[in-house]
Parts: sequence; C-alpha cells; structure tokens
Amino acid sequence: MKATVRKYQTVVEETLREIGIDIDPPTRKATAMAVIANPFAGHYQEDLSLLMDIGAELGDILGRKAVAALGIDPTESQSYGKAAIVGSRGELEHAAAILHPKLGAPLRAALEKGAALVPSVKKMGDLGSAIDVPLGHKDAAYVRSHFDGMEVRVSDAPRADEIVVCVAVTDSGRPLPRVGGLTHEDAEGKDGLR
Amino acid sequence: MSVNVRKKLFLFEEVFHEGGAPADQPLLIAAAAAVVTNPFAGRYVEDIQYFMDELKPLGMEMSHALIQTLGDDAGRIDGFGKGAIIGSGGELEHGALWHVPGGYAMRELLGDSKAIVPSTKKVGALGAKLDIPITHSNASYVRSHFNSFEVSVPGAPRHDEMVLVLVMSCGPRIHARVGGLKANEIKGEDGLR
Repeated sequence: MKATVRKYQTVVEETLREIGIDIDPPTRKATAMAVIANPFAGHYQEDLSLLMDIGAELGDILGRKAVAALGIDPTESQSYGKAAIVGSRGELEHAAAILHPKLGAPLRAALEKGAALVPSVKKMGDLGSAIDVPLGHKDAAYVRSHFDGMEVRVSDAPRADEIVVCVAVTDSGRPLPRVGGLTHEDAEGKDGLR
Repeated sequence: MSVNVRKKLFLFEEVFHEGGAPADQPLLIAAAAAVVTNPFAGRYVEDIQYFMDELKPLGMEMSHALIQTLGDDAGRIDGFGKGAIIGSGGELEHGALWHVPGGYAMRELLGDSKAIVPSTKKVGALGAKLDIPITHSNASYVRSHFNSFEVSVPGAPRHDEMVLVLVMSCGPRIHARVGGLKANEIKGEDGLR
C-alpha cells in the first residue's frame, strides 16, 4: 500500500424525524475518512503522481467502508461525494492530486455504478477542521432531491504533515424533499446528468 | 410576501502563489452571502416552492455584484458554486429552495454557461462555516477548476434565518498540475466536457 494511514474514521448519520415529521425509512449518509501522511509536506514537489496512486487506493478502501457502514448492497447506494483537508505544511494541489485523477474509478467500482461526476471540495486545515462534503446523485447529477452535504471532522487531524481524505455515500436523498425537479425514480442515469 | 434581507457579506480573494512560482494571473474568487428571514422556520410547511420565485431577484442581484467584484467582465469568469446554511429553526429542505434562483441567475448572467452549479447545504449555528464547491462553469470535468471556498457570516444564521451563498471565480487552482481535462480543450456542449 502506498498510503501511510494513521487512522480511519467512519461516521453514519440517520435522520428519523425532521421538524416533527417521521422519516420512514430514515435517510442515511456515511462518510469514511482516512488520515494519511502527506509525503510532500514542507516542500514544493512538481510530480504528484504518488498522491494520485494514493487516491486510487483510497477510492476503493473508503468507498467500501462507507457502503459497509450503511449495511447496504453497493447497488443500493444513491449519492456520493468526496473531500480532502490538507495540513498546514502541504498544498491545496495535494488534495487535487488525491481526489481528481484516480479516486473516482475504484469508488464507482465499489458502488457498482456511478455515471455522474463525484462532487468535491478541498481546503487547507488544522486539527479538528470541519469540511462540508457535497453530495450529488451518483447516476444523474440533476436529481434535485439528492443535492445535499455532510459535515465531518476528525478531532486530532490533520496535523501539519497529514491529509484527511473523505468519501461520502448515501442510500437516500434529503429527509423531506419537496422542491420539485428531477427525482431518483425518473432519472435515466445514462449520461450522468439526468 | 417578499424576501427580508437582514444583511449581505461579500468576500474577495486573490491568490498569487502557494509555495510555487507566482502565476501570471492570480486566481480570483468572490463570494456573496445574503442573510434572509426563513419564512418557514419553527414549523413544518408542506408547500414551500413559491419561495423560489421570490428569491429570484436576490439571486440576480448577488450575481451582478459578483461579476462587478471580479472586474465587470462576465467573459473572464469560468468557475461557480452555491450553498446554503439554514438556521436552527429551519429544515435542510428550505436550503434546497436556493438551487433554482441562485443557479439560474448565475447561468443567465454568465452567458453560455452549460454546466451544473455544484452546491452543498447544512443546518448550522451562528457563524457556521460552509465549504462551497466550485467547478468550471461550462464543463464540469475541467480538473484544474475543481476548487472550493469557505464562507461564514458572523452572527448568522439566527434560528429563523438562512444564509444563501453564491461564488464565482476566474482561473484554475493556482498551481494546478494534476492533469485531466483543461479549460482550453473543452467542447462546452453537454456541460460536462
């Protein structure tokens, strides 16, 4: 394995009631996180391919952890997102190298589908920094009921020479969707948009 | 009923370098946040969609302000994103009302923008921070433009308020070098590539 992992953390959020209304079945989202050493902390590194390979490893590992945390079959996943927080001796581009070139394919394999772009955010941060992982439908980005986000943090990470990598997966949309637009049921899921 | 705006906050960031060589053109990011009264706070309201129409003028006003902040040249703007923080008396779904008025206003004013506007939302306390995703405004897969911008408004949202945010940007990440689709290679037809 190319990544040096200090710890994994997985968060599952289930919403059973919202503003006095029962949510049945509850909506559920999970984010799996890895705290890894940043091999390029403290200096400018032109070639970031090592971080790209680490992204591929983590797409698979974190995707499977999130699905396992939800206790679902991969085909039951409905939306996803990804994010990274880079410790202060790193660079924002280190997050880009992990998230964008190679993380998506193994994540989609872990979910057994995923025609849509995986929405993402990245930031520089310190111990306990929170990040809002954007969520979008995994097969049709315009499904309006699934536009959402999940705030996560690891209390003791990232240290200056670490990166927190996050993959979020859900089996549902927002708790009480009623702002119209394309629905999960009506999505074709072929072009990644509708 | 019209939209009750308590305050607005504008942020403008110019990024020259991040440890590497300074870029020829700095990365410019501007965010506009409006603190509005949530008309549905404190109770469950089934029919909320009418509020989307009421928010449309605010979306246009904020989009205009962002374009001005970024040099009054919509043609230079090539990234966008949006988000909402709902105060504790509201519901996540209330933030979803911002998708249409916020997104369509930016697209209209940026001309031929084809891509989906990336977004995130949450219920949060006074001063809560939201990481707004940013992607290229004509082709979502342009890798150099995957970015984000942290926004918070001190003292908002109160329990019966929402913070509605729009973000626009000019240029790629300052040291973008992880390959993928480039802005000058896009076809700009399907919003993706």
